[in-house]
Amino acid sequence: MIRTEELLLNVGPQHPSTHGVFRIVVKLDGEVITEATPVMGYLHRGTEKLAENLNYTQIIPYTDRMDYVSAMTNNYVLVHTVEKMMGLEVPLRAEFLRLIVMELQRVASHLVWWGTYLLDIGAMSPFLYAFRDREMIINLFNELCGARLTYNYMRVGGVKWDAPPGWMDKVEAFIPYMEKKLEEYDKLVSGNEIFLARIRGVGRYDADTAISYGLSGANLRCTGVKWDLRKEEPYSLYDRFEFDVPVGASGDCYDRYRIRLEEIRQSLRILKQAVAQFPKDGETMGKVPRAIRPPAGEAYVRIESPRGEIGCHIVSKGKAEPYRLKFRRPSFVNLGILPKLLVGETMTNLITILGGIDIVVGEVDC
Amino acid sequence: MGAWLNESMTWGNAFVLFVWAVVFLLIVLGFVTYAIYYERKVIGWMQLRVGPNRVGPLGLLQTVADILKLLIKEDTIPRKADRLLFILAPALAFVPAFAVLAVIPYTEKLYFADLNVGLLYYVALSGITTLGMVLGGWASNNKYALLGGMRSAAQMISYEVPLVISVVGVVLLSGSLNLRTIVAAQGDWFWQWNFLPQIIGFVVFYIAAVSELNRTPFDLPEAESELVAGYHVEYSGFRFAFFMLAEYVYVYAIAALTTVLFLGGWHPPAPFLDFVPGLVWFLLKFVAVVFSFFWIRATFPRVRIDQLMGLGWKVLLPVALLNVFLTALYLELFVK
Repeated sequence: MIRTEELLLNVGPQHPSTHGVFRIVVKLDGEVITEATPVMGYLHRGTEKLAENLNYTQIIPYTDRMDYVSAMTNNYVLVHTVEKMMGLEVPLRAEFLRLIVMELQRVASHLVWWGTYLLDIGAMSPFLYAFRDREMIINLFNELCGARLTYNYMRVGGVKWDAPPGWMDKVEAFIPYMEKKLEEYDKLVSGNEIFLARIRGVGRYDADTAISYGLSGANLRCTGVKWDLRKEEPYSLYDRFEFDVPVGASGDCYDRYRIRLEEIRQSLRILKQAVAQFPKDGETMGKVPRAIRPPAGEAYVRIESPRGEIGCHIVSKGKAEPYRLKFRRPSFVNLGILPKLLVGETMTNLITILGGIDIVVGEVDC
Repeated sequence: MGAWLNESMTWGNAFVLFVWAVVFLLIVLGFVTYAIYYERKVIGWMQLRVGPNRVGPLGLLQTVADILKLLIKEDTIPRKADRLLFILAPALAFVPAFAVLAVIPYTEKLYFADLNVGLLYYVALSGITTLGMVLGGWASNNKYALLGGMRSAAQMISYEVPLVISVVGVVLLSGSLNLRTIVAAQGDWFWQWNFLPQIIGFVVFYIAAVSELNRTPFDLPEAESELVAGYHVEYSGFRFAFFMLAEYVYVYAIAALTTVLFLGGWHPPAPFLDFVPGLVWFLLKFVAVVFSFFWIRATFPRVRIDQLMGLGWKVLLPVALLNVFLTALYLELFVK
């Protein structure tokens, strides 16, 4: 009899494919995983606790640093919760600007995912193509608010900066460009036999499992559940625009891949309409009291971030600082299903599945 | 060069052969240096980057600087590693890489060893490199390295078989294992070269060769996104350089072998292009093959280990056997 041993392998926190400082301890039998334990907290900064000593405007930059690939949606969920508590009106032009940057952000975020996912699978070039296009969006943001990653753009009651002259034309020009590039990427990657063999049928789960694990975003929609908060509970101006919610059927990595690419297309569709309807002039900041003090009470607001359902729960005691602030971070919640998915998979599929979930460690650890 | 080999060994001849060997070694090292540069430039351009352009004119000295850096780096050996095997492994990986180059003929006159079993010699020796990788992975006492080493063992053994069988067709057609005879047996026009009559063998050979080189899409032993660096994760400095050197010398060797076996070696594509020296034709084909390896690297994702095994045993091997059968049938029915 040959005596075999299980191999305890530590993947991360310094590993090229754990997207930052995420760590998984896996037990391997040969190359097959028998147990996987995610270890989190390497990027924990205590955002929620810090927020208790900051006023609401001061919290906004902290939200930038949670999901740093999609800072605009994080900004929005916080300011929108406060606005809801205070019953503030946001000027139309500001709301349009918010929606446009959020959709641009969704495109940028999915591009980052697309590039890094292919890098995980072993294809190097798409990463650089994706970053070229993301760079254009980032330059647009840079022009708008002076930052490339952590924008701190939205404020309670509006946005900090109006669009500079000619900015909207650049957004308009970007849309057809990106549509063309998407087609090119589809041709380059989506039909590749090796790529399909790697992701088809991998990391599969059904709708019930997804719901019981609280998954959201593409991770939920890949099982066929049509759930997009932009449609279900329209916030901002999403009820004004036409767009589809792509869903999958088999709940595997391939479906998640298709959905994210399709979401870029849908975002571009929204952007096209939003740019066309953008009001010529108007305020970018509503009438907001000098000190932002939401009345005592609680509010929970959730929106659709590129990674899923991001929520913000504020408990206010009527002070300038929140009594308690809690973020529901989609990356963290979606990650819950990982140990279940990994059992019985190989080391190679670990990377495929983890990449498919699309986490940002800043948001996982918060 | 060929004439020297047949003369009796005197001190003078031995000296000349030695000088040639040194010259050849320098050529190979020069190739490795600029193959890396070439690869980085080609892939850089394909990926919207510029590639190396800082060290020396056009970045030409980048690889030289990299090698120098590796030379002066600290040589670390993990405390729990198997010292002897750890030191032996890089040498074991890289010596066969150089040894196989001896049998490759460049032109009718320029070759270094005229073995009548040249092809067999090549395949036999190149197999030893696998040992070096497995040893390196094992001796490092690192789990990632071990996984990488095991993968490379499985992969190299699986792909050695279709690689060897795919060239049997060529051997049957030319009736020799001698690489010079194989080139001579290929016709004057480019469609008479082995890659067309032996198209099945050529495709199998090419895929298996890419796999033997551990290059994308078959770069599993060092799959960066999974195994960090695979079998050489614990190696630093010049021991690491040895592994890299072996890898690129094999690129040279396989590209040259492909040229010799399937692309007509030093033959011009058409008889009237005879005025261009054979070495130029050889180099052109050789560079084209090397380029194709780089091109593939920039294009494809990586296959999974079980898919790799499946492809090797379930697809390439039967197809290679079929090719042998068809070639034999053709020879029996039409040539004999």
